[in-house]
Amino acid sequence: MSQKQLTILWLYPRDMNIYGDTGNVLVLRRRAEQHGYTVNVVEYNPGDTFPDTTDIVIGGGGQDSGQDKIQQDLQAIGPKLIDMAEAGVPMLVICGLYQLFGKFFKTQDGHVIPGIGLLDVETLAGPERLIGNIITHSDEFGDIIGYENHSGQTYLGADTTPLGHVVRGAGNNGNDNTEGAHYKNVIGSYLHGSLLPKNPTIADRIIEQAANNKFGEFTHGSIDDHIAELARKHAAKRPR
Amino acid sequence: MVKPYSVLMGKAVRYIARLRGGGSALPGLFVEKIDKNFVKDTLAQLPQGVVLVSGTNGKTTTTKMVVELLESQGLKVFTNRTGSNFVRGVAAALLGEVSTTGRLNADIAVLELDEAHAVHFVNQIPPRYSLLLNVMRDQLDRFGEIDTTAGMLEHIAVKTTDTVIVNREDPRLLKIASQLKNNVRYFGLDDTLLATFPSDDDMHAKSLLKSKRPGADVVLQSMVDNQATFVIDGRIVKTPLRLKGIYNVYNAAAALALTRSIVGQQLDQQKLIAALATVMPAFGRGETVIVNGQPCELVLVKNPSGFRLSLSSFDPTGVATMIVINDNYADGRDMSWLWDVDFVNLKNNGVSTVSGVRAYDMALRLSYDQIVVSHVDTDLRKALTKFIAEHHDEPKRIYCTYTAMLGLRRELAKIAHVQEVS
Repeated sequence: MSQKQLTILWLYPRDMNIYGDTGNVLVLRRRAEQHGYTVNVVEYNPGDTFPDTTDIVIGGGGQDSGQDKIQQDLQAIGPKLIDMAEAGVPMLVICGLYQLFGKFFKTQDGHVIPGIGLLDVETLAGPERLIGNIITHSDEFGDIIGYENHSGQTYLGADTTPLGHVVRGAGNNGNDNTEGAHYKNVIGSYLHGSLLPKNPTIADRIIEQAANNKFGEFTHGSIDDHIAELARKHAAKRPR
Repeated sequence: MVKPYSVLMGKAVRYIARLRGGGSALPGLFVEKIDKNFVKDTLAQLPQGVVLVSGTNGKTTTTKMVVELLESQGLKVFTNRTGSNFVRGVAAALLGEVSTTGRLNADIAVLELDEAHAVHFVNQIPPRYSLLLNVMRDQLDRFGEIDTTAGMLEHIAVKTTDTVIVNREDPRLLKIASQLKNNVRYFGLDDTLLATFPSDDDMHAKSLLKSKRPGADVVLQSMVDNQATFVIDGRIVKTPLRLKGIYNVYNAAAALALTRSIVGQQLDQQKLIAALATVMPAFGRGETVIVNGQPCELVLVKNPSGFRLSLSSFDPTGVATMIVINDNYADGRDMSWLWDVDFVNLKNNGVSTVSGVRAYDMALRLSYDQIVVSHVDTDLRKALTKFIAEHHDEPKRIYCTYTAMLGLRRELAKIAHVQEVS
């Protein structure tokens, strides 16, 4: 049988890798395999050659110092990422890269760090970190369960819909009840945990979009998610 | 001058708290409230001052080693033995030791302090010596970023009046040390061991330049079957150790370097190494409890680097494995860290039991590394009972978070001898 391969482009694993976002890559890899695909994960760090074929783009959060290190490179590959997003390539960016996929990040002292403007969102440094367990709800994915830890407060532009609405926790900015951003097949979010293990419907949607783009079809494999269900149930009961 | 009534009232609260079976924090909190200078004034009596041990991993075991090494050199040492590494834990420990007139009968204090608490502590009480072990990804829900934690350790170093002892293999600490005006002494690893200790940065960086490291006073050269080889001041010293896990043995290099620095010329090296050979692991840090004639090891895991090192240090063959993960405040509420640990080392033997408040997060993590888990139960007592019954004739090992470790020790004390920690 000829194997269908999906390529995951993992942005900046060296500098943007805190809070277990590596779990998202592992979950995409395993689930794609269970849906019947072989998976090639390409790690992309500043200065590397940008691969020709990419079916899924994924990236995580980093230290402030990590964000400094990737800033220039991200600006250079920004136009490619935007073309891919417009063409429907599914992407998942968490925390730091979510902010930098937006228009800008404005620090406490008014310094503006430009993003690539793929998402119509803006982030301002907040007075305090928003930290704790969080539950949001989306019509598409149901309850989304995770953990947030960010000082940036993100506001969505008119064209951008949130990933979910906050049920418990702070979300994008602690004010307007939104969490994350969803534009075409691109998802930005503050949720760690990691996000995908306890929210497998999001993982499967990303794989489905990638498969449809590449092969024109997707067949859902049979995956036993009862442990994920129980992990969700127990996580939802935990204090902030 | 220590106010006498603070001591008497604090001791009374400590006595009552212990009758109730309470922890060490309450009396400390009380005495801090009625006399905020209690800790400072009491420690100010010590002729050789205060030694601070800080860093992400290994504080408790290292502090225990330093105390025993200094005692081998004839010093009388005060320490906060329970691993309650907040300032109020120090206050509580002092209450247990001082006379009713507030006199502390010791030459020197060796204290382990949580980074965040140490920052405030050193402003009041500058240590003579400090030991910086490592800075790893831990408790990000409390401190925010690793670089923030590194900043805290830098502050401790700057406030140190005599010598700072630094792990030269930790890139963040090395950077701090290179900018210090204090005396700095290093401990380190032989090149052949570097790969065993990946820092959080190395995890994702394939090749790091390891050549430009400063010379170290004590280097861990090798560890084979509990036989450790150190290079101390350029000379090779071999000794058997009762400590388990190579990370504990590396902390022994830290403890040796610190002790050598404190004792100086009068050091009796023979007694020093003899004392090191007999150091037992601190409670819950590779501690062994005998259950039905079989050893049951408790291995505390608090963060990805510690968990990774533990997994690579202990051979799972022939041992029944249990993992207990809680998410109380002291454990850290965020479960993300489990995804930064590679569990592949447990694949051949599988995991017998997973428990704790976040048992299902742990089971989910293991499932994605395709590791067989026989039993999952969030109820610690039931899970432990079943684990012991099913593996009654095998050695056992339990990886546990901090509050899970305390719970396990309580449960194990009902069926086996568990050393009391005061």
